[in-house]
Amino acid sequence: MMRRRTFLGGAASLAALSPTIALAQGGRTAVVLWHAMTGALADELNKLVARFNASQKTATVTTVFKGGYPQTLTAAIAAWRAGQAPHIAQVFDVGTGSMIAAGPAVKPLWQLVKETGVAIPPAHYVPAIRGYYSLEDGRMAALPFNSSTAVMWYDKDAFEKAGLDPETPPATWPEVVKAAETLKAKNAARYAVTTSWPAWVHFEQFASIHNVPYATEDDGFKGLDSELLIDSSPFAANLQRLLDMAKSGTFKYAGRGSAGDRVFYAGAAAIAFGSSGMRGNLVKSAKFRWADAYLPYDPAVIAKPINSIIGGASFWTMTAPHRTAVEYKAVAEFLAFLGKPDQDADWSAQTGYVPVTLGGFAKLKRDGFFAKNPGTEVPIRQLSRGPVTNNSRGIRLGNMPEIRVIILEEWERAMESHASAKDVLAKVVERGNKVLRAFQKSVAD
Amino acid sequence: MERRAIFRGRLLPALLIAPQLVLTFLFFLLPAGEAIYFALTRQDAFGLHTHFVGLANFAALFADPGYLATVLRTLLFCALVTLAAVMVALVLALFADREIKGRGIYRTLLIWPYAVAPAVSAVLWAFVMNPDVGLLGRKLNELGIPWDYTLNGGQAFALVTVASAWTLVSYDFVFFLAGLQSIPRSVIEAARLDGAHGFRRVRTVILPLLMPTTFFLFITNLVYAAFDTFGTIMALTQGGPGQSTETLVVKAYRDGVLNLDLGGSSAQSVVLMVAVIGLTALQFRFLGRRTVD
Repeated sequence: MMRRRTFLGGAASLAALSPTIALAQGGRTAVVLWHAMTGALADELNKLVARFNASQKTATVTTVFKGGYPQTLTAAIAAWRAGQAPHIAQVFDVGTGSMIAAGPAVKPLWQLVKETGVAIPPAHYVPAIRGYYSLEDGRMAALPFNSSTAVMWYDKDAFEKAGLDPETPPATWPEVVKAAETLKAKNAARYAVTTSWPAWVHFEQFASIHNVPYATEDDGFKGLDSELLIDSSPFAANLQRLLDMAKSGTFKYAGRGSAGDRVFYAGAAAIAFGSSGMRGNLVKSAKFRWADAYLPYDPAVIAKPINSIIGGASFWTMTAPHRTAVEYKAVAEFLAFLGKPDQDADWSAQTGYVPVTLGGFAKLKRDGFFAKNPGTEVPIRQLSRGPVTNNSRGIRLGNMPEIRVIILEEWERAMESHASAKDVLAKVVERGNKVLRAFQKSVAD
Repeated sequence: MERRAIFRGRLLPALLIAPQLVLTFLFFLLPAGEAIYFALTRQDAFGLHTHFVGLANFAALFADPGYLATVLRTLLFCALVTLAAVMVALVLALFADREIKGRGIYRTLLIWPYAVAPAVSAVLWAFVMNPDVGLLGRKLNELGIPWDYTLNGGQAFALVTVASAWTLVSYDFVFFLAGLQSIPRSVIEAARLDGAHGFRRVRTVILPLLMPTTFFLFITNLVYAAFDTFGTIMALTQGGPGQSTETLVVKAYRDGVLNLDLGGSSAQSVVLMVAVIGLTALQFRFLGRRTVD
């Protein structure tokens, strides 16, 4: 029996340690935040939390690192099923659709505000960012936190070597193709062009800045029976261009996720599409002169590109049995604290994420941050370009991560089999719609 | 049939095996039972809407050409990893079993890779084979041999196969070496006196005597290749490019943990569980007979 007792004892002590059980610490309400931030980002998050804890006497927020974004989401869901959900979970952009469909598992931000009376006015948040986490009628469901967008990074030294003007980066896709050919001909870098986050940049961002629909039902905002539209001609032309560039050796597909970042950091690519959040690492490690520029657009699709969409994550309030109004109030106060101009500006300045509030943006401007750090305004300008349309406020589809993987799988296959972009996208839409129907069925009553 | 009870009481034996039974129940029967239950339902990630769907998840699975392709890919992968590991380990063991200078060092070094965690071994292989930063990968490209496992499915498959077999070689080596050392010297001397030299002696005397070891290794290697290579594959290719290195375990993880399709993923887990039970049964039957002989 000894082993059994030890085992049960161990389980009991684990439960006692469990951070999701609210323990009053000197009369303070405990709030637990699960996040996916690593390295310097985690340090900055913890600094914000420490400042909040010091700023008032009623609540203490503790942070728990739960792994990457998908692992954090999965852990939060599993914890909710066990009645042990954290108060706040950091959920990545493409998990938004699943969280909105999560019903009683979450307390949408608008509802939290209504119940607790803590003010978190949507108007304080940058429209293109707020829209991503809002319902069809504009009520906010989650609190925007770390947000970036995609930009075009380029190596000024390589541009100079190829005889291109490092101060005028290509603005359109035809210009990118031309610059890439020059870069290759002059052997200015190992690869002319590469990319990170291929599905995010060349499909989701592409749809947004070109104001073309990604899926029916207003990109899924209006209902669960939406179908993918990414086999339309703008997408096909763009993918065909990338496939052709890969064949002629001017585009390097470096892999999924952020794999392209490394190629650019190492100085092996002259142009790289990636997150605006690459800045921090570039400051630290790049041994060449670099800059960022707007994502290029296809003039055959749009004459004046509009706003890009965000990537990153937001904070979701989660429910648990026996969670009290006092705890929700503490959560709301913490979330409201994050949206104060000082905190938002500081988080943005330290991490390279864009400010999510208009107040934070104004403060950075007042402090001369953008003047001192050239290029940091590019992602913000790109996000606030043109009026936000139904095609540019974000994509609200269930199981988005799986759809991204399907795009990448078919894209990768095409590079080996030399299939045309049209065939690739027909396959993507066929497989992707199946995923959407499965999601629709799974959340149906 | 006559039974003799040494202990008359039933309480003591029950108590003695209770901890093991509790652990088996908690860590095997309970999760396995849950997997079977989940496999028969369709539910959303949060478990808010759960519908009993019978065998629909299994039907969907076997109607999916992607899944069948993954089954075939996994079989090929397991077979290649097992064959490569067993053959290389056998050759190394045959050589290390001879009287050579410093064989203690060889033996120790050959065993080391087994201590390396799969994910770590994958990172080591990436350092060597990555087309952009790898020592050998870069050299290949410089020599004009197009090598890029992030794009070429065949190369990716070959790489994860080799990387997976690499750690297994050490494991198999230990067993083969022990097997070789348990072959009575007299048998080998007799073969030598009868004029069986070199490879002939290996083929006609040593290999048949090593059969039980070899069979055991085949089964354990197959199971290892099917399950424990997850870390290697995730760290090297994440199942890509395309789906060219996606094995059944990678797919079950992806569908369950990343895509949150609990019903479909559980159905895949149940299929895997049946496969492992089959392999284990085979092993017990066959090895049991061998030892009786």
